[in-house]
Amino acid sequence: MAAEVQVFDAVLVVLLLWLGWRALASADLFKAVVQFIVFGLLLSLAWVRLGAPDVALAEAAIGAGLAGALLLDTLARLGRSGAADEARPLGLTPARTGIALAALGLAALLVASALALPERWPGLAEPALQQLRASGVSNPVTATLLNYRAWDTLLEVGVLMLAVLGVWILEAEPALPRPAPDPMLGLLLRVLLPLTVIVAGYLLWVGAHAPGGAFQGAALLAAGGVLWHLARPLSLGPSPVVRAVVVLGFAVFLAVGVATAVLGGGLLTFPPEHAGAIILVIEAAAMLSIALIMVALFVGRERAPSDAGIPDSAADASAVPGAPNPGAAP
Amino acid sequence: MSGDDVRGALSLLLIAAGMLFFLAGSVGVLRLPDLLSRLHALTKADNLGLGLVVLGLMLQADDAFEVLRLLLVWLLVLFASSVACYLVARSALRAHGDAPTAAPEGPDEDTRDGR
Repeated sequence: MAAEVQVFDAVLVVLLLWLGWRALASADLFKAVVQFIVFGLLLSLAWVRLGAPDVALAEAAIGAGLAGALLLDTLARLGRSGAADEARPLGLTPARTGIALAALGLAALLVASALALPERWPGLAEPALQQLRASGVSNPVTATLLNYRAWDTLLEVGVLMLAVLGVWILEAEPALPRPAPDPMLGLLLRVLLPLTVIVAGYLLWVGAHAPGGAFQGAALLAAGGVLWHLARPLSLGPSPVVRAVVVLGFAVFLAVGVATAVLGGGLLTFPPEHAGAIILVIEAAAMLSIALIMVALFVGRERAPSDAGIPDSAADASAVPGAPNPGAAP
Repeated sequence: MSGDDVRGALSLLLIAAGMLFFLAGSVGVLRLPDLLSRLHALTKADNLGLGLVVLGLMLQADDAFEVLRLLLVWLLVLFASSVACYLVARSALRAHGDAPTAAPEGPDEDTRDGR
């Protein structure tokens, strides 16, 4: 058994390296994007092999799915002329050499530090598991993200919020005339959207004791939102409702932090008896915000009603755009 | 031979048959001349191949819930892949006019979207 598994791992590693290289080096940007998406999917398999299903879920949904959709959308905006990068295949400009050297240096540091780890180092798993009972949840990953290291997660939600603010501040690129959604996409949406909502809620709830949580649920919701936008173009500009939902997760998280600092043991130190409920509230708010942020990143800011994001090449057709749904949260 | 043995053998047989479809689908994507034929090969792998693998895995499932989950996985992939296949074919038709069989260079990339 072990031998087969090792063969599988070896094949996975070789494929990852090869796909990573192809995604960087192929002259056709469309091919590069497809290779990047496949790379993300295989990477999530690698996370499963490493026993990290939480990371695998996030990688598959965000790294491969949403990032892939964003890249395809960008390609569509670049148009045919922009999609061929003359600088590819890789010529070694000074800047690229510098970046390559820096990346290699970082990789060497990481390898060196991994090799420098003591043979038998217990890591932080033991103390994390010992405190699990006081954390309010029974999934050590959620306990780490939302309790022990809640500060990091707060800032992560803040970074996402800043990202969408940046997109809104930038003037929108005038898009190509928008091909109208295909009716089949509407069918896909009608079947899949309710399912994504249910599964996102399930992931949010199950995150307390099994792989799942706010980010995974949000990624699913966002996938539903992107599908919605492709089937019936959304307009997700910075309207008051959209802004409120974008800020919600960070605001709730921060409010909890301030409340615990004022009333209790310190910033983001949850009282053990309420920790479970606090984490659920934070995660629910964060899930809504993250999902809307990711959809808003995909939709971008429109200059005119007809300028909404363009569907990827697989999704163009030939009728009139459907009615926009202002401020509709997925 | 006990019931468990029969079940295990049947399960392996079904999974192997499913793998055969995936193999044929991959060979088809690589070898067939034009986009629509490639899509044809790919969708067979998606629905029959995955269906057989799922059936085989169902035989190894511990409880009815797991069987239902596997069935749901298959149905979802079936649904998504047929819509994706339709969209790829349709966008290829639009890109190349009404002669999709004459798609000279591009079909290789387009097909991969259907996965």
